[in-house]
This record gives sequence, structure tokens and C-alpha cells, in this order.
Amino acid sequence: MQTDIRFPIGLLFTIVGVLIMVYGIFTRGAEMYQRSLGININIWAGVCLTAFGALMLAMAIIAQSKDRAAIAGK
Amino acid sequence: MHIQVGVIDYAIMAIYVAFVMGIGWVLKRSMKTSSDFLTSGKSIPAWITGLAFISTNLGALEVIGMGASGAKYGITTCHFYWVGAIPAMVFLGVFMMPFYYGSKARSVPEYLKLRFNEKTRGFNAITFAIMTIFASGISMFAMAKLMEILLGWNFNVSILVSAIIVLVYTGLGGLTSAIYNEVLQFFLIVAGFVPLVFLALKSAGGWGQVQARLHVVATNGGFSSDAWTRSWAHMGSPAANPMGINWFALVMGLGFVLSFGYWCTNFLVVQRAMAAKSMSAARNTPLIGAIPKMFIPILVILPGMIAIALTSRSGSGFAIPKLADGTLDYNNTIPLMLGHFLPSGVLGLGLTALMASFMSGMAGNVTAFNTVWTYDIYQSYIKPGQSDKHYLRMGQIATVFGTIVSMGAAYLAANFNNIMDFLQLIFAFVNAPLFATFLLGMFWKRATGNAAFIGLMSGTFSAAIHHGLTQPAGATSLIKGGWLGHVVYTYPSEMAQNFWTALFAWTICFVVTIVLSFTTRQKKTDADLTGLVYSLTPRIKETGVPWYSQPATLGTIVVAVAVVLNIIFW
Repeated sequence: MQTDIRFPIGLLFTIVGVLIMVYGIFTRGAEMYQRSLGININIWAGVCLTAFGALMLAMAIIAQSKDRAAIAGK
Repeated sequence: MHIQVGVIDYAIMAIYVAFVMGIGWVLKRSMKTSSDFLTSGKSIPAWITGLAFISTNLGALEVIGMGASGAKYGITTCHFYWVGAIPAMVFLGVFMMPFYYGSKARSVPEYLKLRFNEKTRGFNAITFAIMTIFASGISMFAMAKLMEILLGWNFNVSILVSAIIVLVYTGLGGLTSAIYNEVLQFFLIVAGFVPLVFLALKSAGGWGQVQARLHVVATNGGFSSDAWTRSWAHMGSPAANPMGINWFALVMGLGFVLSFGYWCTNFLVVQRAMAAKSMSAARNTPLIGAIPKMFIPILVILPGMIAIALTSRSGSGFAIPKLADGTLDYNNTIPLMLGHFLPSGVLGLGLTALMASFMSGMAGNVTAFNTVWTYDIYQSYIKPGQSDKHYLRMGQIATVFGTIVSMGAAYLAANFNNIMDFLQLIFAFVNAPLFATFLLGMFWKRATGNAAFIGLMSGTFSAAIHHGLTQPAGATSLIKGGWLGHVVYTYPSEMAQNFWTALFAWTICFVVTIVLSFTTRQKKTDADLTGLVYSLTPRIKETGVPWYSQPATLGTIVVAVAVVLNIIFW
């Protein structure tokens, strides 16, 4: 069986999401947010990316445990 | 015009590169046969091949080009998606995939061999192999150039580093690795471009304000005020819309010949569908891909439209830069928007998305090249009858070789701009008639091998003649046409000339193939053609597939949504 692609996608988006979110929290009020019209877009994007990453990981893990159960059942 | 890039942005790019190589490394374990490496062993679920199917085409050149066209032509650019992709993708999934996937062909050229004869396959395989290498080289060149302009990176280092990364992940994990990275790229593009579109829209004051400004842009350009915001209303005559084409050239040239020729016969995209794990997954691949495809204009065309709207309002803070002659330099609109609106952090995400699409543009071509090279050229003409291990080895060598030659092509593009334009023109001549050959091959059992070959040749030849006798308005170089020394007709735009060239070549190929099929002997028996031609292939019964995920249902839904989109933005 091939590697479930949702693992690398989930992992990448979770890592990058957390990174951007933490960076956003530490740079609150920084001058560069004038570019993004005063919105701390890093926190928002970070939260969304992390949520998406976690969802992908969860789906991969559920699929994997179902596979295992199916094999154990036989 | 350098963009300010922080440490965090580089960190995000580095994480992405590490993942890409890691995926290749993990997949290496399952690369045991040449088929695992070159065709993914037909094992991948439809949603993955579907996203890969549209991502291969969503290279960075496409992303940047669509943004530029959005600024230049407005919403009519969406026709490249709604007219120029969706119908062909549905046709491929519903009608053509059964013959590609159901026959024993491992590539598009191999189908031509089974259906027609060796020389038709040889012609297609060789032109395709050369074309993919150059496409990969152009992608590499464009990436290095862009990184040099925007980030100040060294051109040579960019070429070398991107080639090494692509080589590592395609060389280790083959087609599966390329497909996985295309899916990753798709999500990265969405993640990087949604913040851009959101901020740009907000800065312009919402869609209503953008429309109001686009009315000014259109009026200033000498068109009716809604020429940038309505996609069909001004297609009556070429002079009424900024693209300079009418609806007939659009529908027949782009929507029929060019689009079906690309989506239905180009092995680069068809290969993704052929890697699917079952017949219904293969048929659903382009149909699943079509759903996000319809909405990609929001991510790539809309930013360009907002950019021109902002440019037209003084004091908006963003303006597309001007060239020396005072006209706007549309080419870098998208990267400049990224640099203007995104702060460090999200900016890294946007740049990673661009980088990812450049690399998957290269990787897609390299993986299509190594398959055609190994199966259609090496195994067929150079060394037939070897063990599978031998061909797996050859596939890997072809990957290395293909990447190195692409680097050469990148430098060729850097030094001789005209050579690349010239080559692209030749390939356009070769590709334009191809869909006529496939259409007759798949749906008319009387079409013969010799007729197909001569039809294809005459189509290509007539495309060249047509191009040599016509010119777009304002052409200054022979590469744009008229090189036969006598201009019979002048088209209002280059796009109109391209569409008509394609239409012309297709018609010649279609007619010549039919006429010659009646006068040449069919060497293939009905038994030979079973599984390759519509009338001789038993209908597929989709048993065990729920009604909502059957190709016919999905295809109908996709077409209905596309029609609604066209009506909304009529």
C-alpha cells in the first residue's frame, strides 16, 4: 500500500500554520501590517492553515485505523 | 522592485522543500517495477489524480499569465477556464477515458500505435518528448528570472537548485511523487492566494467598487463601460472587446480545437488520469478536477482585475508599473501584488505557492518525458525485449537526462529569445490538428493508419502555411506570421490569429483523414480495434459505484455549473 497523501499534507500545513500563527502573535502591531490594511493576517491565516492541517491528519489517522481493523478482522 | 522577504518567509520555503524531498524519499520504497515508477502502477484514488490533473496545468507561468490577462482583458480571461477547459475535461472523462484506460496503452503515443500504426506513434512520441523538455526548460528559466527580479537571487543558482530539487523528488518517487507534489501545490496556491484576494478586494472597497473602476478602465480604453466585467456581451465583433476576437473564433478555435487538443490528447495531463486506480476513478479524474478548475479564476484572474482597478485610481497605493514607452507592464502583476499586500509570514506562503507551481510545472514535464522516452522511444525503437528492471533503470536515467537537458533549454531561452518563440510556434503547428486524429480514431472504425498519418502531417503543414500568410495587426517580426512574404489577411489580434490557425489545421486534418480513409485499406481487423474504438467496445457498466459518483452524473453537474457561471457573468 502506498503512503496516504493526507499525512504529508496535514503535517506540512500544521507545521507552517503554527509557525505563521506564533509569528503573528509575536509581531502584533508591527509596522508591516500596514501592508495588510492593519489586519494581522498572519494570525488568521495561521489558524485556518492549522485547522486544515489537523483535519487532514485526522482523516488520515481514521482511514489508517479502519484499514488496520479490517485487516485484523480477517 | 525587490520584495522585502524576512527570515520567516525563507523558513516556510525551506520547510516546503524539505517536505517535497521527504515525500520522494518515502515513496522510493514502493518503486519496484517500471510501471510503479512511470505510471504509478495505476493505484491512486480519483480525488488525488483529479487535483493533480488541474495542478499540472496550474504552473506558475499560468498563474502569472492569467493575472496579467485579467488586468489586460478583464473577465473575458475566464473563457480560458469556462470555455477553454471545462467542456474538454468533461468530454475526456465521459467519452475518451474508457479507451485510454481500457486499452493496454501506457501512454498517449502508445494508444496511437495500437489504433493506427507505428509511424503515427513515432511522430507523436518524438515531437512530444522534445516539446516537454522545452516546456520544462521554459518553466525553469521563468522561475529563475522571476526570483532574480523579485528576490535578487542569482540566476544560475536558482536554475541549479530548482533542477536538483525536482530531480530528487521525481528521480526517487517517480510519477507518484510528482502527483503528490501537485496536490500539495494545489493547496498551497489556495492558501497563499486567498489572503491576497481578500486583502486586495478589501483595499479596493469590495467587488462593487472594483466594477465601478473597471468601467472607467474600459471607457478609457475606448470600449463600452462593461467590457471588462461582462464575458460574452461584447463578443459580437473583435473590435468590441479587448481580446480582439469574436464568439465564433472563441468557441471553435479556443473552446473546441485548442482546448480539446490540449486536455484530451496531451499526455502531460492525460497521464494523471491514467494513473488512477480503477476505470471509474480514471473517468472521474478530469470531472473532479473540473469542479475546482471553474473557480480558480477567483484566485488568479480576479487579482489582475483588482490590480488594474487600483492602478486607475490615483492614491490607491498600488499601481502596475509602466514600461519605457508608457504602456503598462502587466507581466509581473501577480508577484507585485503579493509583495504589496502580504506581510512577512503569509508572504512566505504566497512565494512558496509560486515556487511550488514552478517546480511542479517542471516535474510534470519530466515525468511525462521519461514515460514517453522509455516506453515509446527506447523500448520500441532502441532496445526492445529487455527485463522490466532494465526499463525501470532507463526510466530513472531518463529522469536525470531530461532534467539536465531542460537546464540546457533554460539557458537557450535566456540567450536566444527567438529560438524559444520559434519552437513554441512549431509545436503549436504539430498540436493543432492532433485532436482531429483522436476524434476519428476513437469514434470511427474506418479511419486507417496511413490516412491518420498523412492527415496529421497535412494539418501541421497547413497550420504553418496559414501562419505564413497571415499576420496580427501591428506585427513587427516574422515570428508573428507573414513569413511567406505575402500577407493575405491581417487579424485584429495575435490571439485571433492563433485560434484561426488551429481551426484551419484541425479542419484540414479532419477532412484529409476522412477522404484518405475511404481510399486506403484498413489493415486493422475489428478484433484489433476492440477496446480502442467506440462502436467496437462494450459499454461500461458502472456496477458498485453509487449514482452520484458516476461519470455521467458528475459530468452533467459540472456542465450545469459552468453554464450558470457563464450566465451570471454574461
